[in-house]
Amino acid sequence: MTDQGIGARVLRKEDKRFITGKGKYTDDIVQPNQAYAAFVRSPHAHANVKSIDASAAEAMDGVEAVLNGHQLTGDAIGNIICGWGITSKDGSPMNMGAWSALATEKVRYVGDAVAVVIADSKAQAQAAAEAVMVEYEVLPATSNVRDSMKEGAPQIHENAPGNQIFDWEIGNKDETDAALASAHHTTTMDITNNRLSPNPMEPRSAVATFDESEDHYTLYTTSQNPHVARLVLSAFYNVAPEHKLRVIAPDVGGGFGAKIYIYPEEIVCLWASMKTNRSVKWTSTRSEAFLTDAHGRDHVSTATMGFDADNNIVGFKINTKANLGAYMSLFSSSVPTYLYATLLSGQYNIANVYCDVQTYYTNTVPVDAYRGAGRPEASYLVERMMETAARELGVDPGELRRQNFVREFPHQTPVIMAYDSGDFAGNLDQAKAAADVAGFAARKEEAAKRGKLRGMGYSNYIEACGIAPSAAVGSLGAGVGLWESAEVRVNPVGTIEILTGSHSHGQGHETTFAQLVSERFDLPTENIQIVHGDTDKVQFGMGTYGSRSGAVGMSAISKALDKVEAKVKKIAAHVLEAAEDDIVIEGGEVKVKGTDKAMGWHEVGLSAYTAHNLPEGMEPGLKEGAFYDPTNFTFPAGCYICEVEVDPQTGVTEIVQFTASDDFGTIINPMIVEGQVHGGIAQGIGQAMLEHAVYDDDGQLLSGSYMDYCMPRADDVPNYTVSHHSTTCPGNPLGMKGCGEAGAIGSPPAVINAITDAIGNNNLSMPATPSRVWAALQQVSAAQAAE
Amino acid sequence: MTKVSMTVNGKARSVEVPDNTLLVDYIRENLRLTGTHVGCDTSQCGACVVHVDGQAVKSCTMLAAAAEGAEVTTIEGVAASKDDLHPMQVAFKENHGLQCGFCTPGMIMAATDMVSRYKAAGKTLDEPAIREELEGNICRCTGYHNIVKAIADGASKMA
Amino acid sequence: MYDTTYYRASSVSDATSKLAGTEDGKFLGGGQTLIPTMKQRLAAPSDLVDVSGIDALKNISVEGDTVTIGAACTHAQVAGSSEVAEAIPALASLANGIGDPAVRARGTIGGSIANNDPAADYPAGCLGLGATIVTDAREIPADEFFVGMFETALDEGEMVTAVKFPKATKAGYAKFPNPASRYAMVGVLAAQTANGVRVAVTGAGNDGVFRHAALEEALGANWSADATQGVSTDEGDMLADIHGSAEYRAHLVGVMAGRAVDNS
Ligand SMILES: Cc1cc2nc3c(=O)[nH]c(=O)nc-3n(C[C@H](O)[C@H](O)[C@H](O)COP(=O)(O)OP(=O)(O)OC[C@H]3O[C@@H](n4cnc5c(N)ncnc54)[C@H](O)[C@@H]3O)c2cc1C
Ligand code: FES
Ligand code: FES
Repeated sequence: MTDQGIGARVLRKEDKRFITGKGKYTDDIVQPNQAYAAFVRSPHAHANVKSIDASAAEAMDGVEAVLNGHQLTGDAIGNIICGWGITSKDGSPMNMGAWSALATEKVRYVGDAVAVVIADSKAQAQAAAEAVMVEYEVLPATSNVRDSMKEGAPQIHENAPGNQIFDWEIGNKDETDAALASAHHTTTMDITNNRLSPNPMEPRSAVATFDESEDHYTLYTTSQNPHVARLVLSAFYNVAPEHKLRVIAPDVGGGFGAKIYIYPEEIVCLWASMKTNRSVKWTSTRSEAFLTDAHGRDHVSTATMGFDADNNIVGFKINTKANLGAYMSLFSSSVPTYLYATLLSGQYNIANVYCDVQTYYTNTVPVDAYRGAGRPEASYLVERMMETAARELGVDPGELRRQNFVREFPHQTPVIMAYDSGDFAGNLDQAKAAADVAGFAARKEEAAKRGKLRGMGYSNYIEACGIAPSAAVGSLGAGVGLWESAEVRVNPVGTIEILTGSHSHGQGHETTFAQLVSERFDLPTENIQIVHGDTDKVQFGMGTYGSRSGAVGMSAISKALDKVEAKVKKIAAHVLEAAEDDIVIEGGEVKVKGTDKAMGWHEVGLSAYTAHNLPEGMEPGLKEGAFYDPTNFTFPAGCYICEVEVDPQTGVTEIVQFTASDDFGTIINPMIVEGQVHGGIAQGIGQAMLEHAVYDDDGQLLSGSYMDYCMPRADDVPNYTVSHHSTTCPGNPLGMKGCGEAGAIGSPPAVINAITDAIGNNNLSMPATPSRVWAALQQVSAAQAAE
Repeated sequence: MTKVSMTVNGKARSVEVPDNTLLVDYIRENLRLTGTHVGCDTSQCGACVVHVDGQAVKSCTMLAAAAEGAEVTTIEGVAASKDDLHPMQVAFKENHGLQCGFCTPGMIMAATDMVSRYKAAGKTLDEPAIREELEGNICRCTGYHNIVKAIADGASKMA
Repeated sequence: MYDTTYYRASSVSDATSKLAGTEDGKFLGGGQTLIPTMKQRLAAPSDLVDVSGIDALKNISVEGDTVTIGAACTHAQVAGSSEVAEAIPALASLANGIGDPAVRARGTIGGSIANNDPAADYPAGCLGLGATIVTDAREIPADEFFVGMFETALDEGEMVTAVKFPKATKAGYAKFPNPASRYAMVGVLAAQTANGVRVAVTGAGNDGVFRHAALEEALGANWSADATQGVSTDEGDMLADIHGSAEYRAHLVGVMAGRAVDNS
C-alpha cells in the first residue's frame, strides 16, 4: 500500500514554491496596461457627503480617472448585501441598510470609500487621492452597542430605527425561566467578547481586467471562495453576468474569514477596469486593512446558568448584544445567531436553553465571521460559566463538566443541534493526563516560592462545522446552499487531476486531497494534482471557511472517486474478462483478485480514452463529478487545559503549558491537523491576552496598526501539547469532523479561566493585558485590605 | 530618478528609479522578484526581510538608493544553485513551518541571519533565543510552534 | 511616499553643507523611524541626506572613563561591541533590546536620540548615564538635550556626530515593552555615577524622557531594589492609552526601577 494515504504525515506538496519565493499571490500578478487604484476614504465615522471636487486630482500626472458613487450607481452597480436573512421575534425581517461600494450621500465609518482614483502608478494614484476634495458635514457617531441603543443615538440607517438590525431568539424561554427560578444555585455573569481584526498576513488585493472585444472580465483576488465571489458579483452587484466573469484566487496568504466577503474594492476595480479600459490593481496597505477588512466578534452578553442540588445544569439563559458595524456584511447576520446560539448547550446535557440576540449598527467597519465565527463566542460564554460555577459551588471544574457531559448520541439540544458523536470524558481524561493536573498543586507551590501566581483553566469546547444540509440552512435564512462539488479527471496516462470547489489558503489541500486519492487508488501523491481557485477551471464550489473543506469538500471528492472507481473496475473486468467484484486496485495496478491477471493503472486510463475495447454501451473517458450535500453539521470537540504564571508586580502572564485533546473524527494528515490546531490556539491566545480592535467614542480606530494592535509573536506563545482522542463522524463517508477553527474556538476560555484562577479574581475580560491583570490584582488587594 | 545599481542574488542589476523607491519595490516591481512580500506599513511584520551585505534588514524600511553598491540576497537566492534548496528551506518544509506561505520568505531570511550571527558570536541558539529573535517576524497561521522547530532544525544543518 | 531627493554624504561637513542647501531636507540615519513616517505620508522631506555611510561616525572608542559612540553606529553594533559590554554593560543590553534584529541592523544611535521618541530606549540611556551629545557645532549635556516629546535642543540643520558616555560605577536598564509595538511602555535606567545616582525614565512620561528625583534620592541612600518600594511617581505626569492607564505606568516605573537596580 502507498504510505501517502489517509493518516500519513505526508510533507506538503505546495511547500516548494513557498519556500523558494515562487508562490503567486494576487499582488505578484502584473497585467499589461495595468493601472492602480487608490481610494478616497472618509476620515469621519459618520458624515453627510456634501460635495466631491475631483478637478485638481484629475489634472494630476498619470491620472486616468477619478470615479465616484453616483457614477457607480448610475451604471446600475448594485448594493452590497448580506446573504443570510434573519427574522426577528415579532416576525419582521432584518433591517438591512443600503451599502454602496462607493458612498454617495453619507459615510458611516472611518475608511468608507467615497471615490477612487485610477492612475498609471501607485504613487500617482495615492497623490491624486489626497487631492480629491470632499466636503463633509460631520454627524455625531457611535462606536459601540451601548451607545447605539441609547435613546437619541445617531441614526445610522433610516430603515433601522434605534439602530437595531434584528431582535432574534432561540430555545425555550418559559421552560428556561421556570428551571432557573427553581434552581438550587445560579451563576450569573456579564461577558464581553472582544472585537478583533483578522489580519491574514497577505493584505487583500485585486487585479481586474476588462476585455472589450469579448465583453469579458477577469478578476484576480484574495478570496477564500472565488465561485461565491463570482456569483455575488454577477447576481447581486450586477458587475457582469457569470459567464462573462472569471474569478481567480491564486495563492492566498491566509484568510480566517476576512477573505470570504466581496468588498467594495473588488467591485470598484472591476467596474473601473471597464470604465477606463485598463487593468486595475489595488492592494491594501495594512493600515487600510485595519480600517476596511471585516472585523470579528464584539459581543456583550449576560448569562445565567442554574444547577440543581446535585450540580446538574437545569437551565441556561443568555442575552447577547452584537455590534455588526456600519453595514451588514455578507454573512454578518448568521454569526451572532445560527453559528453562535445553536452551540450554547456546549458539551452538556441541558434541558432548557434560551438565548435572545439583538444586533445593532455602529459607526465602525462591518463585523462578520472571523476564525470560528460565533462558535468562539459560544464556547467562551459556556466555558467561562462552567468554570465560574465550579468555583462558586466549590467543586472541581473538570468534574462539574464531566457530570454534565452529553454521553449518548445522537443528542438533540434545545437549540437546534443534534450532536452525532463524541467522547467528551475521553478528551477530558486525555488532556488531564497530558497536562499532569495531578501535579498542579506542587507546581503552584513551587511558583509561589519564585513570587509567581500559577493558575489552571479548562475549556471543553464543542463546535459545528460544515454548515449543512443546504435545505436546512436555507430554511434558516441562508441565501446559498452549502454543499461542495468535485471533479476527478483521470488522464490517459493515468495521472489524476482533482478539481475542487474548496480553496486552500494555508490548509494544505494540495497534499491532503491528494492523500485521499492516493489512499483510494494506491498511487503516489506526485501523480495527483489538485486544481482549485479558478472559476474557469473548476465547475462550481462554495469555498473554504467554517472548517468545511474536509467534511464537505473531501466528501464530494470521495463521491466522485466512487464513480471513477466503479468505472475503472468495469473497464478492467471487461478487458481482463473477470467479474467486477473480483477487481482490486493496488500497487499501481488493477488486478483480478487471487490471480496474476492485471493491467497497469495507466493502461486503464488509456483504454478509457482509446475506447477500443470498452464494455458495451460505456461512454469513453474517465472523468466523474459529484456534488455532496451533507446530512448534518459535524461536531468537533475537545478539552483544552491552560496553565499560566502571573507576575503580580507587573501583571504579565506567561502561558507555561497549553494542552489540547481534540476529537476531529478521521484525520487525513496529522502533521497538517496539528499545524491547524497550533495556529488556532495562537489566535485564541491572541484574543484572550493581546488583541483588541478599539474605537474611541467618536468612531476613530485607535488600534489601526501593529503599533497598537497586538499580534501574537513567537515569544508570546508556548509550545503546544496537542493530542487526539477521536470518534468517527457518522455523517459523512470519511468520518471527518473538521479541524480548522477548533484551536481558536477552544482556547480563549482556557486562558482566561487559568488567569482568573491564578489571580483569584474572576472579574477580568479579554484581552487580559498586563495592565488589566494588574488592575484586577489591585482589586484583590483592595478587597483584602478592606477585610 | 537615479540609476541604482546593486548585486542581487549574485547578479549585477541596475535600474533607473525615483529616489523615493523602497528597496522592496525595487526588488518586487523592478526586478520582479516577488518572493519578498509586504505585510505591513509600520516595519513590524518582517515579510520583507532580505539580506543586505550579509545582514537581515526590512526591505520596506530602506531606500533602494541606500543599497547602492550592496550585495543583496532574497529568498530566490538563498539556495546554492537553482536545483538546490538551502538547509533552512528544507527545514521549513520538513517541520511544516509554513501554512499560507506569505510570511515564509521573511522567516527564512531572518532565520539564516540569526543562525549566522549566533554562530559568529559563539552563542547557542536555543528555543527561547529563537522566539526572541523572531520579534520582528509575524506569522498568523502557524502559531510559531513549527517555525521554531524548523529554525532549530535548520540551524543544526547549516554548515 | 512623497517625492524626495536622496544624497549619500561622505563626511560631516559634506552632510551639513548639503542639507543647508535644501529646501526642507532631513538627515537620514538608519531610516527606521523616518522611512516608516514617510511611508505613512506624515513626513515629506524635500531631500534626504544619508549620514549612515560616513565612516567617521561609525566608531566606538573607549578613552579613560569615556565611551564615545559615533552617531552612525547601529544598535546591533553597540549591542555587540565588547568595549561597550565591558565599560557600560547596561548600555549594550539597552541597545540589544531595541526593536528586532533587522531594526537593530539599520537603526542608529544618532537617529534615535535626534528623534527623541517618548518611548525610545536611548534617551533613557543618555539621560540616566549623564551622557554628552556631540554635534557638528557643540557639545550638549543630556540634561539639556531632551526637551520634550520628539523635541531636542538641536538647531535646524544641526547634526549629531557622537555620544559620549561616562563610565558608571554601576548601571542597569529595565524595559517593560508595550505589548504591541515593543517600544518602551516604561524603561528605567538607574546608574551610580561620579555625580551621584541618576534615574531616567522613558516611555511613561507625558513629556518624554525624564529624571526621577524621588527614585534618585531613595537609591542614593540605599542602592537596592527594596529602596524603590514605596517611592511614588506622579500619575499626573504619566501617559495613558489603550495599553495602560497612568496609574499602571506610575506603578511600573517603581517596579522597573527595582529591576534596573537588580540588573546593575
Ligand atoms: C519595528 C521597529 C521597532 C522599533 N523598536 C524600538 C524600540 O524598542 N526602542 C527604540 O528606542 N526604538 C525603536 N525603534 C526605532 C529605532 O530605534 C530607530 O532606529 C531610531 O529611533 C531612529 O534611528 P535611525 O537611525 O533609524 O534614524 P532615522 O529614522 O534615519 O531618523 C530619525 C530622525 O533623526 C534624524 N537624524 C538621523 N540621524 C541624525 C543625525 N546624525 N543627526 C541629527 N539628526 C539625525 C532624522 O532626520 C529623523 O528626523 C523601532 C523601529 C522599528 C521600525
Ligand atoms: S513589510 Fe516590511 S516589516 Fe512588514
Ligand atoms: S504561514 Fe501564513 S503567515 Fe505564516
